Amino acid sequence: MSDLDGLYQQLILDHAKNPHGRVPLDSPTSQSHQVNPTCGDEVTLSLRVENGVIEAIGWEGHGCSISQASASLLATLVDTLPVAEAESLLEEFRTAMRSRGQIELDEDRFGDAIALNGVSKYVARVKCAMLPWVALEHAMAG
Amino acid sequence: MQPTLTEADVAMIRADFPILSTEVNGRPLVYLDSGATSQKPLSVLDTERDFYLSRNSAVHRGAHTLAALATEEFEEAREKVARFVGASADEIVWTSNATEGVNLVAYALSNLPAGSELALVPGDEIVVTELEHHANLIPWQQLAQRTGATLRFIPVDDEGALDLERAPITDRTRVVAFSHVSNVLGVVNPVAELVARAHAVGALVMLDACQSAPHLPLDLHALDVDFAVLSGHKMLAPTGIGVLYGRNRLLNELPPFLTGGSMITTVTMESASFLPAPQRFEAGTQRVSQAIALAAAVDYLTGIGMERVAEHGSRMSRQLIDGLSAIDGVRVLGARGAQRVGLASFAVEGIHAHDVGQFLDDRGIAVRVGHHCAQPLHRRLGLTSTTRASGSVYTTEAEIDFFLEAVADSRAFFGVAS
Ligand SMILES: Cc1ncc(COP(=O)(O)O)c(C=O)c1O
Repeated sequence: MSDLDGLYQQLILDHAKNPHGRVPLDSPTSQSHQVNPTCGDEVTLSLRVENGVIEAIGWEGHGCSISQASASLLATLVDTLPVAEAESLLEEFRTAMRSRGQIELDEDRFGDAIALNGVSKYVARVKCAMLPWVALEHAMAG
Repeated sequence: MQPTLTEADVAMIRADFPILSTEVNGRPLVYLDSGATSQKPLSVLDTERDFYLSRNSAVHRGAHTLAALATEEFEEAREKVARFVGASADEIVWTSNATEGVNLVAYALSNLPAGSELALVPGDEIVVTELEHHANLIPWQQLAQRTGATLRFIPVDDEGALDLERAPITDRTRVVAFSHVSNVLGVVNPVAELVARAHAVGALVMLDACQSAPHLPLDLHALDVDFAVLSGHKMLAPTGIGVLYGRNRLLNELPPFLTGGSMITTVTMESASFLPAPQRFEAGTQRVSQAIALAAAVDYLTGIGMERVAEHGSRMSRQLIDGLSAIDGVRVLGARGAQRVGLASFAVEGIHAHDVGQFLDDRGIAVRVGHHCAQPLHRRLGLTSTTRASGSVYTTEAEIDFFLEAVADSRAFFGVAS
């Protein structure tokens, strides 16, 4: 598989075309809007957190296939998770993305989202994959 | 001299740009991002290096031999650049780039003492266009905020052409600022008409010549603008050097923006008096090597001949526009039939510009993706980001063909080709 095919795996293109969780959320308990100023990509991510658990997640936005697929995979991954666990996933995700291809996401923990492994070799694209995760971080904190 | 650049001419030009023979991602580099910054020929690099090797010293400050040589060379560079843009040397102020040039004028205007003829007051208006680069927009927004003046703009139509019928140029207009060539559309704007309308109401004109100076013969006196800015790094020179042109009379009416050494006559503990323009606007140790390297870049372009450079650009533009328009699902920005330089922005339906750029990069093709520092224009055209290909004197027809083929292939790769 070429690096480009590794970056744009079919699963990523599919998620970008038919994203999960891309819906406005009724009565969110917190929300974060993030913009990537270099390309104008935006994501608004909303959470409904009850008793320390993410009961519902929804997001809206537009951007490249990497940021859209990342948001979609994130939404499937953290829905119904305790906030503490989502936080630890976020840290692992960030570490892998910043590793320049050295550290891979753990399949047992990340499932389909390991398709994003190819991104970490493309330093300029890491912020695309991170955009919805940064929104998650702010939403969980606020 | 032939009126056009032949394939052999371009091949000879390319030999002066070693970076063009390098590879990226295992593919020969196809550099189509000259609108962001151009590559630099050896003569420019050698000029800068030779200066540091044999003549380096500060200008306008020392009595020793090297200082005198450096000062002479620095001022000769100013004369050469002045001739290149159709101005005289005392109208050329060195800046670090075009952005600094626009800010310099905007701040000098607001530094004027109250009651000065050129000072802006509430009720006055500044007019820009909807297609400006942020560098020729935000300094005017800020000037409006500082002075209480109002910022208005000339809108663009659905194709991105300036709608001059709706240009809000009135008796209240004090400044009209616009680009000679749009960095997104590559289209040459109607300078003569805008200058005539601005001057008819007594407004000053600021021309952003960033994207015209590298591609078209420029005669600022003939264009009759009051101020103009350009960036050296977009016209084969290094980063860190730009030019502000101002009519001599106007420059001498404006107070300084930055103050300090090298721009004064007499200084006491309480006050200082200032040198005339251009030195009044050149505070601090100057960018000597960059200025003489810009003069070397001007020599290089003049050696090719700006008429031939312009013809090469309009040929590139036709190849880009025709080629991109022929690809299904590709929307090329800018009005049909307009005069253009070799630069085109486009959107591929169903593929984000970032993904198009990534696909092209994999083939060694360097393009710009995003809003190209023109968010309002993109918003007006219903887009958030586009892909931009921009050539220069070293760009070949074969490179543009290779690029067009890659754009077409990106549709199959991302599954949007029918
Ligand atoms: C039309 C136009 N104006 C202004 C600028 C600003 O130039 P610089 O960033 O070199 O100051 C650019 C380039 O970025 C441009 O294309």
